[in-house]
Amino acid sequence: MDAAIRNGHGMTKLDDLQFVAPDTAEVEIAFRNVTKRFGNLVAVDNLSLDIHRGQMVALLGKTGCGKSTMFNMISGLMAPSEGEVEVMGQQPFRNFNWYRGKMAIVFQTDRLLPWRTAVKNVEIGLETLGIAPAERRDRAMHWLETLGLKGHENDYPHALSGGMRQRVSISRAFATDAELLLCDEPFSALDEITSKRLRTEFARLVRENGKTAVFITHSIDEAFDIGDRIVVLKRPAEIAHDLRMSDSVSSEDREHIRRTIHASLAA
Amino acid sequence: MTDVTPSRRPYDNPAFGVARRLFWVAAPFVLIATAWQIASAFFPDFLFPSLIHVFARVFDILTTWSLFSSVLATAMRILGGLAGAFVLGAVLGLAIFSFKTADRLLTPTLTFFQGIPALSWVVFAIIWFHGVEFRILFIMVATTLPAFTFQIVGALRSMDKDLSEMVMSFRPSRRKYFSAMVLPAVLPEVVTAWKVNLGNASRVVVVAELVGSSGGVGFQLLQQQQLFDMAGALAWTLQLVFFVLLFQWVLSQFERMAFRYRAVSERG
Repeated sequence: MDAAIRNGHGMTKLDDLQFVAPDTAEVEIAFRNVTKRFGNLVAVDNLSLDIHRGQMVALLGKTGCGKSTMFNMISGLMAPSEGEVEVMGQQPFRNFNWYRGKMAIVFQTDRLLPWRTAVKNVEIGLETLGIAPAERRDRAMHWLETLGLKGHENDYPHALSGGMRQRVSISRAFATDAELLLCDEPFSALDEITSKRLRTEFARLVRENGKTAVFITHSIDEAFDIGDRIVVLKRPAEIAHDLRMSDSVSSEDREHIRRTIHASLAA
Repeated sequence: MTDVTPSRRPYDNPAFGVARRLFWVAAPFVLIATAWQIASAFFPDFLFPSLIHVFARVFDILTTWSLFSSVLATAMRILGGLAGAFVLGAVLGLAIFSFKTADRLLTPTLTFFQGIPALSWVVFAIIWFHGVEFRILFIMVATTLPAFTFQIVGALRSMDKDLSEMVMSFRPSRRKYFSAMVLPAVLPEVVTAWKVNLGNASRVVVVAELVGSSGGVGFQLLQQQQLFDMAGALAWTLQLVFFVLLFQWVLSQFERMAFRYRAVSERG
């Protein structure tokens, strides 16, 4: 199982690459023979995938490969046409409200409410959980400070830069202390330097806080920076490769994996 | 050695800027007043009374309770009618936004109502109801309801889908979703709707009072018309204009306070 790149049709030993230990933690997200159709268009085709608690998984694929559809099914915004999607043992579309406080989303754009200050934006998830105002403020301030926004808590979104706004949205997701973080290309709208710095920070926070994170991206570099597991998707959302990355993978091996992924995506 | 310090020109002074703005605010009114005053010198008093005479009547209305109570009655009727139409419009607007059947039934009905002239509603109210106040309230609500409803539906439909999805991702209760998302999102358009309908309502209330009331600015205007008293007619009209301007100012102050989060372009 180690040292292998698994593709949608079975296990293929490619090289002497080193990977992290096999998954032993509880399954957090399970796709079981999931198909999603929009009319005649098949967006996801008979997909089976387990994501385990504590994993940071990058779902990598070209535009239109069905990764956003997968994302919407995990978040409960969309139901599968066939098969089953289970998140924490429940079906997200059917039991939408069960996930209150258990799941938080970082979107592609910051989606800050313009009529709320930074700190009030961070508090929104806590308000839905019915947390007392003083505790809400403390938790929101803690995350804003953690993400380097001390002194900007009373600023309205229009007064913040793109990077600062995305930091507020990350604070908003972390503040609810949700077990599962879903991220839909959250840094793609930022410049390369800010994006790189934020994703490193984000990965560190996810690991330090023991969260499970699913990170959608079309950037191979981003997937490498973030994911301790990279699931490469081909059209229509079939698994092309399922890679477990570890720090011990040498830079040459990483380069080889990068080329392999690139070839898969280009095919 | 030449002094290179630029000399301060008069229009660099901030006080000059304020004075210039005030001048341009006052200029159109001064122009109208001057034209009127000139006309009053050439025409008889019952056509173009002197402005001094008109302002004396305005002062008289403001300082005589029996007269000023008519102004207050009209103001209350306008606000009551607008409040009634707004509450009903909000309920209908939410129903149209939320349910397709409500949309199919109510949208054509309200569009049809919008085509009925205000004067027709006055006639219907006189035929259908006895109480003066209820008649006026009915007319006010009937004439402003379609606009309020459509403006609220428009505001709900133009709500930012991305922001709405973000709030929904936290699985809020209906109440929380309404207070955190819907209300702040639609508030700017609701305030605009009030501003627009205020002008319409002030015109309709005068017609309603003119035909079916024994008090208020509309009734007083009818009295002035019977007496051929142009100064009185103008003075009562100005009372209504003052009220509309005053309420528009209150709404503007509310806007400034409630929407301070909006970015302001330095170019204005």
